[in-house]
Amino acid sequence: MIAIIDYGIGNLFSIYNGLKRVYDKPTIVSSDNTGKMEGADGIIVPGVGAFDDCVRNFKPFSDTLIEIVESGVPVLGICIGMQLFFDESEEGEEKGLGLIPGKVIRLPKTVRVPHMGWNNLHILKQSKLLDRISEEDYFYFVHSYYCVPHDEEHIVASVAYGSDLAAIVQKNNIYGVQFHPEKSSKRGLHILENFAEICRGG
Amino acid sequence: MLTKRIIPCLDCDLGVPEGRVVKGIEFKSITYAGIPWELAAEYGEQGADELVFLDITASNERRETMAHVIERTASNVFIPLTVGGGIRSVDDAKRIFNAGADKISVNTAAIKNPKLVNEIAEMFGNQACVVAIDAKRRHLPSDEEAKKRADEEREIIDTKEGKCWFECSFYGGKKFTGVDALKWAQEVEERGAGEILLTSMDRDGTKDGFDIELTKAVCDRVNIPVIASGGCGGPKHMKEVFELSDVSAALAASIFHYKEYTIREVKQYLKENGISVRL
Repeated sequence: MIAIIDYGIGNLFSIYNGLKRVYDKPTIVSSDNTGKMEGADGIIVPGVGAFDDCVRNFKPFSDTLIEIVESGVPVLGICIGMQLFFDESEEGEEKGLGLIPGKVIRLPKTVRVPHMGWNNLHILKQSKLLDRISEEDYFYFVHSYYCVPHDEEHIVASVAYGSDLAAIVQKNNIYGVQFHPEKSSKRGLHILENFAEICRGG
Repeated sequence: MLTKRIIPCLDCDLGVPEGRVVKGIEFKSITYAGIPWELAAEYGEQGADELVFLDITASNERRETMAHVIERTASNVFIPLTVGGGIRSVDDAKRIFNAGADKISVNTAAIKNPKLVNEIAEMFGNQACVVAIDAKRRHLPSDEEAKKRADEEREIIDTKEGKCWFECSFYGGKKFTGVDALKWAQEVEERGAGEILLTSMDRDGTKDGFDIELTKAVCDRVNIPVIASGGCGGPKHMKEVFELSDVSAALAASIFHYKEYTIREVKQYLKENGISVRL
């Protein structure tokens, strides 16, 4: 079972439907049944909106998520969901989960903000998440802040917007994508399928 | 590289069960292009980068129909969906977001109550808040007139047809507001809008091409993405607006609904002309 965390930010309609296309057992977990996270084969942390709201709303799940990550279960953060994995963000005061060392900073004024639209990846490292994905494939981005891992080794793919920004990060079993796979048509569903495959132990 | 977005617009008549996408008006009667989610799936398949649904009936009881349309579309089409038309409150917006929309577009309600822009942006994020601006040229025949308007703090633009300012309209172009469109664009950015859907009321329905001067003027004044709309008669017009302004996306309706061009054909043409698109 792959658990999609519903922490009351944004709707999970698209991510649920997208995952269902490529995986038969997505389950939505809300704050009144966090116990369901235990025993999951994988966890997806979606997210839209502001960093502080996300951190505060995520609190009921934080401890369980950290335990699950330590036990080696694959976790995928999407957009703000990925940003939550870092230590801190220029967007807010709250501390992130600190799962990947680094911070989240605002896009410069030299480019239009948000970075909104379809952009392609520059692949820096092999990852199972990128199975069947090439640098000619486009993904839908919409964000005003971006992740800067302390260790560049954690950047799997970057995206060019003003400068090269982290588009996919990975630290062991922790994955993050800055774009929205659930809004990136067929290639996006491939990413979700690849994550499901990782959760199956593939 | 960030590509330019091509966005088909689905004007929805929700007075019909399941709703219909309006193609146009021929011999005074309305013609339909199809059922919204079916057409959405077709455009998605052709490579649309995003879809805009506009409720042109926009009455309260039809909001549920729009929510249903979006639900049906979002369960099958995995690209961003924007919904506009008749959204007056955060509660209206919430219903549409819960159905699977990614962005809400507001026009009339925002001009009447500008705080709505802040509220939507705060509650759902800047990226989810699109402000639609329908702008009409107001030409200034004499220098005297131009000075008078400048004193009223209008932003005056030099165009090929002489000096003009741009006035916002609402209620689908039926009424005028006296609001300066260029100033309003800057104000909604400050209030937290994440994108502007800019329609030229002079060009809308003409197929004469986008109003480049208007588009440029807005793009130069804001740092959020702008979608050009109104007047697209074919791929050449898309090429023109992308070459001559810093617009992020171009929207068109009838060229797609009448099957004059497929989205793929438009994108192929743009790519051949050196414009970066997702194919």
